[in-house]
Amino acid sequence: MSRAAIETTAEKPVALRIETILLGLALVGLLAAPFFIYPIFLMKMMCFALFACAFNLLLGYTGLLSFGHAAFFGGAAYFTAHAVKVWGLPPEIGILVGVLGAAVLGLVIGFLAIRRQGIYFAMITLALSQMFFFFCVQAPFTGGEDGIQGVPRGTLLGGLIDLHNEHNMYYFVLVVFLLGVVAIWRIVNSPYGMILRSIRENENRAISLGYSVQNYKLGAFVMSAALAGLAGGLKALVFQFATLTDVTWQMSGEVILMTLLGGIGTLIGPIVGAGIVVTLQNALATSEFPVTIATGLIFMICVLIFRRGIVGEIYAYIDRRKSAGN
Amino acid sequence: MSQTGHTRQAGEIVLSARGLRKDFMGFTAVKDVDLDVRHGNIHALIGPNGAGKTTVFNLLTKFFQPTAGTITLDGQDITNAPPAKVAQMGVVRSFQISATFPYLTVLDNVRVALQRPNGLATQFWRSMSALDVLTPRAEELIDAVGLSDARDRMAADLSYGRKRVLEIATTLALEPKVLLLDEPMAGMGHEDVGAIARLVKTISADRAVLMVEHNLSVVADICDGISVLQHGQVIASGDYASISKDERVREAYMGTDHV
Repeated sequence: MSRAAIETTAEKPVALRIETILLGLALVGLLAAPFFIYPIFLMKMMCFALFACAFNLLLGYTGLLSFGHAAFFGGAAYFTAHAVKVWGLPPEIGILVGVLGAAVLGLVIGFLAIRRQGIYFAMITLALSQMFFFFCVQAPFTGGEDGIQGVPRGTLLGGLIDLHNEHNMYYFVLVVFLLGVVAIWRIVNSPYGMILRSIRENENRAISLGYSVQNYKLGAFVMSAALAGLAGGLKALVFQFATLTDVTWQMSGEVILMTLLGGIGTLIGPIVGAGIVVTLQNALATSEFPVTIATGLIFMICVLIFRRGIVGEIYAYIDRRKSAGN
Repeated sequence: MSQTGHTRQAGEIVLSARGLRKDFMGFTAVKDVDLDVRHGNIHALIGPNGAGKTTVFNLLTKFFQPTAGTITLDGQDITNAPPAKVAQMGVVRSFQISATFPYLTVLDNVRVALQRPNGLATQFWRSMSALDVLTPRAEELIDAVGLSDARDRMAADLSYGRKRVLEIATTLALEPKVLLLDEPMAGMGHEDVGAIARLVKTISADRAVLMVEHNLSVVADICDGISVLQHGQVIASGDYASISKDERVREAYMGTDHV
């Protein structure tokens, strides 16, 4: 019995060990990166990576496909931009406003959508996020087609750190990004995360064990929305504007693509996926070749050939080699 | 551990249904079903395929809302309680198709069941090691059903019979007052059937058990009461001896040659 226990406990965290090593390397790389690569590009990447991780908390670990996550991402960008520019709040409080706003929005959308499953759930989130999109088009505070422009980055900790300095901003984004990823890792590997997993694996069984699965799903939805809001608020400060682009349904689709491409239900998959998509967008931005065709092709290849996503396929390959070796 | 706090007498009615009825768009699946499940007893629900046995299970556990009739647990009306609430009150079911969490280990399958009653289900900020306090109890349950050697294997990798056993261990983790087993021995070999029958008998000592079962020798062996269902109605109930003499039951279910 003890032998079996040792074997399997040694077997289980393979993915975890690789993720830890890769994350360590990535961290060193990220600390040094702004001296070699254009910081704005890196910050954009981290914002989208965090957005994809937040989305993956819902799809990968709870089994809910939301098609309306742009509402939380783009919504929070507006909230943060408004709080910082119009109310004159410091950036850290502004981001908090964005997170809270996204959480409340998530509570409303989640509460309505959670009553249905599968494709119906996805369609309701899409419909509600489209309603939010039209709200953003009409509402006076969003600036309509113009968006909110010239958002000041402000200073952190009551004037100590000036975020208009590109490197200061970069390290601030890095810290928030890491906190966000750690928070997601914690949620996934917590007693609550265990219940989410059991619901994903067998919802009826979870009900028959006395779990009010609707409440657990709603909890996960709100957390995912809040973390997507964290990414959105951060992005508003990085680019110093908030626009309609971030609340469109295309943005909801993009985050699905990033997560699928990297690997659903893996911690670093969405980060890898976001990195690839953002890099591609940047590379193609100046060329004649339309980005949407490139991402569309990638999506098709992903669905046809590597359904587990890049990171997911790598783990599966390691697993196969391990079991062949035994 | 009894949630009501008083000690029960064997034979005391725990779960009771009166005039239970379920219509599906004009089709009546279950009609006028009266049923009493008693503490310390195993009650069998038998009947031909399509007689409505699983529907009765779904009604009692509130996965379906009855069209008419009442369900009481310890005299308390639970007819309108949601399914999770019914489970929390101590009526826990198994499913016809084995219900485990396939990609969790055997240990985690049982611990998931222990999390809620021990108030460890909502902490999203704590590490997984918070669940370590549940491990001894989970191991006890795993041991009781003879799965110790598979403690760290994925439920999906277990044989069919062992999945069913795991399901029972998971269910027992909730200390249910009433256990509803939907064909616990379906699709099993002879040896497994004997082992599960003994396990169910042991379990029933301090709770009520209602089971749907096709294996009549098992029913004859371990069940204290039987209700026979046909076309959604109870056509006979009593002990095995009286049921097996009933003409209508012989015709409807067993065939006239049986017994």
